[in-house]
Amino acid sequence: MGNENRIINALLKLHIVLCLLFIFAPIAGSFVFSLNSDRFPSLPLGEFSTEWYRLIWEDPLVWQGFGNTLVVGLTVAVIATILGFGGAYTDFRYNFTGKSVYVALALLPPTIPVVIMGLAMLAFLSRVNLSGTTISVIIAHGVMCSPFAMAIIRLRLSQMDPDLEAASWNMGGNQWQTLRYVIIPFTKPAIFAALFITMAVSFDEFAVAWFVSGLNETLPVKILGFLQGQVSPRINAIGSLAFLSSMTLIILAQLLLRSPEEEK
Amino acid sequence: MTKRPTLFSLILSMPLLLWQLLFFLFPLLFLVAISFWTVRNFQMTPDLNFGNWERVLSRGVFWDAYFRTMVLATTAAVVTSIIAFPASYAISFKMSEKAKRWMIFILIIPFFTSYLVRVYSLQVFLSDAGIINAAFAYIGLGPFPMLNNAFGIIVGMVTLTLPLVVLLQTFSLNFVNRDLIEAAHNLRCGRLRTVFAVIVPSAKVGLVIAALFAFILSFGDFVSPLYLGGGNPPTLSIMITDFTKSGQQWPRAAVVAIMMIITLLTAAFAAVTYAYKERGK
Repeated sequence: MGNENRIINALLKLHIVLCLLFIFAPIAGSFVFSLNSDRFPSLPLGEFSTEWYRLIWEDPLVWQGFGNTLVVGLTVAVIATILGFGGAYTDFRYNFTGKSVYVALALLPPTIPVVIMGLAMLAFLSRVNLSGTTISVIIAHGVMCSPFAMAIIRLRLSQMDPDLEAASWNMGGNQWQTLRYVIIPFTKPAIFAALFITMAVSFDEFAVAWFVSGLNETLPVKILGFLQGQVSPRINAIGSLAFLSSMTLIILAQLLLRSPEEEK
Repeated sequence: MTKRPTLFSLILSMPLLLWQLLFFLFPLLFLVAISFWTVRNFQMTPDLNFGNWERVLSRGVFWDAYFRTMVLATTAAVVTSIIAFPASYAISFKMSEKAKRWMIFILIIPFFTSYLVRVYSLQVFLSDAGIINAAFAYIGLGPFPMLNNAFGIIVGMVTLTLPLVVLLQTFSLNFVNRDLIEAAHNLRCGRLRTVFAVIVPSAKVGLVIAALFAFILSFGDFVSPLYLGGGNPPTLSIMITDFTKSGQQWPRAAVVAIMMIITLLTAAFAAVTYAYKERGK
């Protein structure tokens, strides 16, 4: 029996390793390929080369895309976090008729397929003459990112002692002062985490941005353009850099959420 | 707390509501409206024309794409669920709390990588002259066609959905009452039988919801079918991008989109009903 258990446990471990390999091989692959001289890498791998990084460094279109991504990402992070904070606090504090509809409407966007979101956004925004602008990408990403911000901040609020707010009111603090001196300091780690995570989501979103961005393409939309063209290992170089920046944001967010007590 | 909403509560709650009404719900409703509009000289004009619906729904191409997408997404959901389950089981039942937290963190990472870049990388792995076939060639096998066919599409969809499905399954398995399992063992219920007679039924809701999410993501995915499947014959999401980007046929694209939403809502309703159905009734 004990022997059998050990075999089963070893097989389960092996299965997990294989799953992780399957999930991370493409990500690790794109790193390796980005530093490889071959246009289409195969076994055996070609020589080490930073050629693809030099090419994207010198490509003004990549820089332009990067600029757009940055502007969109930063703006979306702020908007989505403010909207999400309001939604999270509303869900935490108030009871009202139609609350479930309110929460559903707030959290539903990520479940709608991106092609459908893209088409709906394009049709609507071009009707109000906004399609093809950076603003349209910001609007669309605001819709898609605010649910994440709301979920993160709501989770933090549920860890708060409800008496804390009552204590503040009892001591004569009005709602605004309570928000300023009690709620916001308590949720601060989650607010920063929400900023970073929504920024990371916006950085990688390509489908809806592709539908609505027109000529103001963000970097992921540029990658889509490269994909439609010929084989280009520049995708790997851009992807690796994008991965590093997203990972930085996620790790920052994780650190903030992990040790909320030290954060005062 | 008074019953009447205060200015404070309105200032906090309204921005999100207005944003999602104006930029989420309204565009989706607008999509329904334009499915009845007509296109003349590349200009859409408001109308109440059922022509788009007739033209799309009477075509064999649409229904071929519909069933193709359905089969692909269902296969992806089933395959992903089966691959994910042993992993989720091991994470939930065999790992320490600390290892569990690490696994969850590792599984969240893929959500923040570009799916496009991963698919491009998969092309390099899967093509006839790619990494995997080159490895097979060393031992005198292959090449196996893995790109531009259904296999490539399924690989892409599993890459997309596996981390999420493992996470959702793990969360649902974490809620399975550990006493039940011990009781089963005490009653001499074998390991495998415990999994299928005790663990799977008690985690059923979470397992079904996880499969549902895999189905929804795969059903709407246009990247795998296009860049790993070759794009031909098209799936529904490729039809939408084609109608929108090259054809300027937004009303017809809207028809396809609405059909997709109806299908997804039906699938979600069926899955949730099934998940909460009492056993043996």
